[in-house]
Amino acid sequence: MSESKTPLVEVRNLKQYFNINTGFMRTRPLKAVDDVSFTINRGETLGLVGESGCGKTTVGRTLLHLYKPTAGEVIYNGKPIKTKSDILDFRKKSTMVFQDPYSSLNPRMTVSDIIGEPLDIHKMYKSREERMERILSLMERVGLNSEHAARYAHEFSGGQRQRIGIARALALDPEFIVCDEPVSALDVSIQAQVINMFDELQQQMGLTYLFIAHDILVVRHISDRIAVMYLGKMAEIADAAEIYDHPLHPYTKSLMSAVPQPDPKIARSNKRIVLSGDIPSPLNAPPGCPFHTRCPYADESCSQSTPAFREVSAGHFVACHKVDRIN
Amino acid sequence: MPLLEVKDLHTSFFTPAGEVKAVNGLSFTLDHRKVLGIVGESGSGKSVTAYSIMQILASTGKIISGSIKLDGQELVNSGEKVMKTVRGNRISIIFQDPMTSLNPTYTIGHQLMEAILLHTDRNKQEARDRAVEMLRLVNINEPEKRMKQYPFEFSGGMRQRIMIAMALACEPDILIADEPTTALDVTIQAQILELMKSLQEELGMAIIMITHDLGVVAQMCDEVIVMYAGSACEQGTADEIFYNPRHEYTKGLMRSIPTATTAGTRLKPITGTPIDLLNMPKGCPFAPRCDNAMKICLKKRAEDMVVNGDHVACCWMNVKRGLEDGSISDSKEGGESVE
Repeated sequence: MSESKTPLVEVRNLKQYFNINTGFMRTRPLKAVDDVSFTINRGETLGLVGESGCGKTTVGRTLLHLYKPTAGEVIYNGKPIKTKSDILDFRKKSTMVFQDPYSSLNPRMTVSDIIGEPLDIHKMYKSREERMERILSLMERVGLNSEHAARYAHEFSGGQRQRIGIARALALDPEFIVCDEPVSALDVSIQAQVINMFDELQQQMGLTYLFIAHDILVVRHISDRIAVMYLGKMAEIADAAEIYDHPLHPYTKSLMSAVPQPDPKIARSNKRIVLSGDIPSPLNAPPGCPFHTRCPYADESCSQSTPAFREVSAGHFVACHKVDRIN
Repeated sequence: MPLLEVKDLHTSFFTPAGEVKAVNGLSFTLDHRKVLGIVGESGSGKSVTAYSIMQILASTGKIISGSIKLDGQELVNSGEKVMKTVRGNRISIIFQDPMTSLNPTYTIGHQLMEAILLHTDRNKQEARDRAVEMLRLVNINEPEKRMKQYPFEFSGGMRQRIMIAMALACEPDILIADEPTTALDVTIQAQILELMKSLQEELGMAIIMITHDLGVVAQMCDEVIVMYAGSACEQGTADEIFYNPRHEYTKGLMRSIPTATTAGTRLKPITGTPIDLLNMPKGCPFAPRCDNAMKICLKKRAEDMVVNGDHVACCWMNVKRGLEDGSISDSKEGGESVE
């Protein structure tokens, strides 16, 4: 979709550690995101997949500086985000759509106030009429009836609530949206409506998305490129078709093969690579390559040193010691 | 004789806002060693169907009419005494969320042995041996040690294995799995599905798989029921449902799921929002969202029409199609076979 490949968001060596209480007066760092780097080009969609607890939501939130990064930097439009005023400027151009349309909308605010809140915060209007006009045009844009402006969120279905959340995200005319599992709480038939809307909005407004989801078929559908995370680290990044058809990292391979295909013949003939064991706790992340405890190809070297995240072919990055031997 | 026969089941919930007809005239049969998938969106009545079979409905819910026969034995109105010999023993159920369906205050061993002691005449030692054997069967390492642990010490995937071990401990004829992998990650989901499939082949039970994920259905099921607004709109073998859908809702569902080949194209969603069960339309419940709805769809609900062998769909489009290609005559409408 993106013809001119200029980076809009660059993330360099981002780290986010949380201190977890492990006993009386004792804390230990939980490395939710550990040294992650990637770029998102203007107008493209980067899909971010991984299993629960792998840090994909934390990447989205830290990227927007909703959490203060432990280390690393975020460069937006060529400019590193450092000071408070950088963050404030950045937040006018970037927003987030949340997973759960039930808990991310204030039940005591009307739809017009929910959508208008970002406008209020950044004082983006001169008169009440102008504010209302903008709210109504946003509602129209996401396919909500303007008569619903005075209603409360609980009066809407899941799909409509997600539209309210999207209208709020669009209020400041953003360039960049972090979509954190925006369709996973929705039914199949409604999910397709919302996915299409993300598509249309991107084309109309030239938006750039970081699309976080665990449903690989949804991510494959919407993304230009896909990044795979495992236990706080990047495992692989490549073009969507490339990573789906020719994954290189053993974790990505098993992830792609485990996707339940909605087609009985393919599903029956599919060779699934079933991993043994569970995902280790991020509090006790294994040393070396985080995946070595479940990896069928791992040997001693994998538990000793962390593999570098390197480019193996144009635009295809992978973090695995054995990548040449496996493929 | 089929293992399980459900006929014209009606289950309603009586709420302050009125009667909610959660299951509204559902019929199906399940044979030995078959995997039956029930798919549908939230509120379509898939879980209530399972709860009706087990008779574990909430106090506001009630089976209004219909029959559920297990090996020819009627279960509806059979009384709690009979149901106690059925539940956990002949029909077992596993739920979506393995955390909330295990008791956090008892050890895994205690909870596993409880079911075995209740339904078999094993003594405590034999029950313990059986529990260990079941844990081994679902691939849990060091089962003796694990027996003494509490649910919080297990991960989500392991908890679901324990639920499966518990459900299968008494060798049931039917396992009902209500969204068993929805709360799990993709690679863990693959493990659990693989385990269920191999246990099904090994132990020779039948499975009713309730899910909203068509991918899981394609992978696991022999037969499929597609539910909408409390009744089946289409049922048949998995191949027939996926490759020859004959109800407009099923077709819409198949079109709206993203696959590897839809990238870069627009999905074709079903318009509108799911039905309000308190305000059911008079005709076909899907008609208000159907692009091809005809006058008759709004007036009268289509009856079950046999499409091909066991493939049944209740959609007027089949009559239209039959009239157009001349396979049926227009002397009467409704109820006839299309082919």
